[in-house]
Amino acid sequence: MHPAPSLILFTVLSGLGFGLLVWLGLGLRAPTGVAGFVLFGLGYGLAGAGLLASGFHLGHPERALLAFTQWRTSWLSREAVLACAALLVMAPHAAGAVFFATPLPVLGWLGAVLALATIFATAMIYTQIRAVPRWHHWSTPPVFLFAGLAGGALLAGLPTLALVLMLTLGAAMATHWLMGDGRFAQAGSSTGSATQLGGPGQVRLLEPPHTGRNYLLREMVHVVGRKHAHKLRLIALGLGAALPVALLLLPTGHVVIGLALIAHVTGIAAQRWLFFAEAEHVVGLYYGQR
Amino acid sequence: MTALPEKTDRKLGLVIDLDTCVGCHACVISCKGWNTENHGAPLSDLDAYGADPEGTFLNRIHSFEVTRDDAPPMVVHFPKSCLHCDDAPCVTVCPTGASYKRTEDGIVLVNEEACIGCGLCAWACPYGAREMDGAEKVMKKCTLCVDRIYNEALPEEDREPACVRTCPAGARHFGDLGDPDSDVSQLVAARGGVDLMPEQGTKPVNKYLPPRPRDRLTATPPPPLKSPPQSADTPQASGFLGWLDRALERL
Repeated sequence: MHPAPSLILFTVLSGLGFGLLVWLGLGLRAPTGVAGFVLFGLGYGLAGAGLLASGFHLGHPERALLAFTQWRTSWLSREAVLACAALLVMAPHAAGAVFFATPLPVLGWLGAVLALATIFATAMIYTQIRAVPRWHHWSTPPVFLFAGLAGGALLAGLPTLALVLMLTLGAAMATHWLMGDGRFAQAGSSTGSATQLGGPGQVRLLEPPHTGRNYLLREMVHVVGRKHAHKLRLIALGLGAALPVALLLLPTGHVVIGLALIAHVTGIAAQRWLFFAEAEHVVGLYYGQR
Repeated sequence: MTALPEKTDRKLGLVIDLDTCVGCHACVISCKGWNTENHGAPLSDLDAYGADPEGTFLNRIHSFEVTRDDAPPMVVHFPKSCLHCDDAPCVTVCPTGASYKRTEDGIVLVNEEACIGCGLCAWACPYGAREMDGAEKVMKKCTLCVDRIYNEALPEEDREPACVRTCPAGARHFGDLGDPDSDVSQLVAARGGVDLMPEQGTKPVNKYLPPRPRDRLTATPPPPLKSPPQSADTPQASGFLGWLDRALERL
């Protein structure tokens, strides 16, 4: 799949923002006044920036409001509805904490649940797609959920929680990669099943339907990004989880948390790039590619 | 709502005969022509006269080679367009309700006015049946020529999809695959029609008729040709030229 920068930016930023809002909503960190303004502002800013970035991916962003209508069937619609609900429900809690030093825990908890559900819905947009066997697996949502929660805990300044979550995130990423490597074979799709010509013998593409590129090849048969898959996995695991863990074992302070955050976001961006670049769509079978 | 209908009254679709298709691409061109000139956004071409021309098509022909152990390889031309699946994954993922499957005839369509061009339906389709138009930025797909098949302004023989109407080999058939007595259903039953990628669970309506076995070499191959005797071909020179020839030979 084509690793579109708008989608990488969207999933990384909005995951981080909603992850932070989960911890602020649960009251594990209850900042008031200026600190509250900065932290809630960061949560809303990142979540909002992520949603805006996803808008750049659309062919017709002016019709984006229609995307709130199909929540009964579509995970993309659910994600939009949950994101707005989380930001709205959390707003009185945030305003209370920032301006009146009185957080509203019930709304905070509800907002936290909605924020977590938003990250889950983002993950489900990809997980639901059966035509991409690597994504269509239970190991996909944990990567998105733990990335958001771990990054959010770092932003919220909760070092112990962040340490535990970073370790879990590392395990979730490794699980997703290892299980994902066998997914295409497990799905059972091959050139033989795609053409139903496998019975008499071996099938291979003789002539493609067109000599140039097309939308399908650009969007779904993106093979260039996979070249450095192994190195990118090491970067994602090292910067995204291992280095933050090592830094968090040091005596904590703003500098340590800041460095851990920079490493983590860089690592997760690498992970997201790979998430798209490594994913093989079964349509590639019709083009003799994967 | 982008929920799929529990049941459709009819299942209009295509039956494609891989035994008969000659790979002429006439259906590709007639499809592009009809769907550019009629209902919906035109199918655009980008950089048509430049170095990297590409375009939007609703129907494309792939050609495959099947290599067999005990027979010569077989070339199979393979037309591919939307299969109008009963369990269409492209419909349920749509966030705006632009993608839908009709209850009355099972045709999967896109309401271009409501399409935000997110591309998720194209990702969800295992067959590559949907393409985002490069100019209009809305999702395009086979409509089964919904603006032909019910069009009373057209002569009756033209009320079928453009690809079926134009196929010079008679490799494409159109009809109700939900009715076991229809011509297309009978054809599928007689020829053992199959679903593409059944493991994807999409329950396609369109069916493909597998190629009949061909070119079995049962006779023993003829003996290899012997090279003709050299002397018979080359005329022998005599006199001075003969002497020269022999002299040059000896050198």
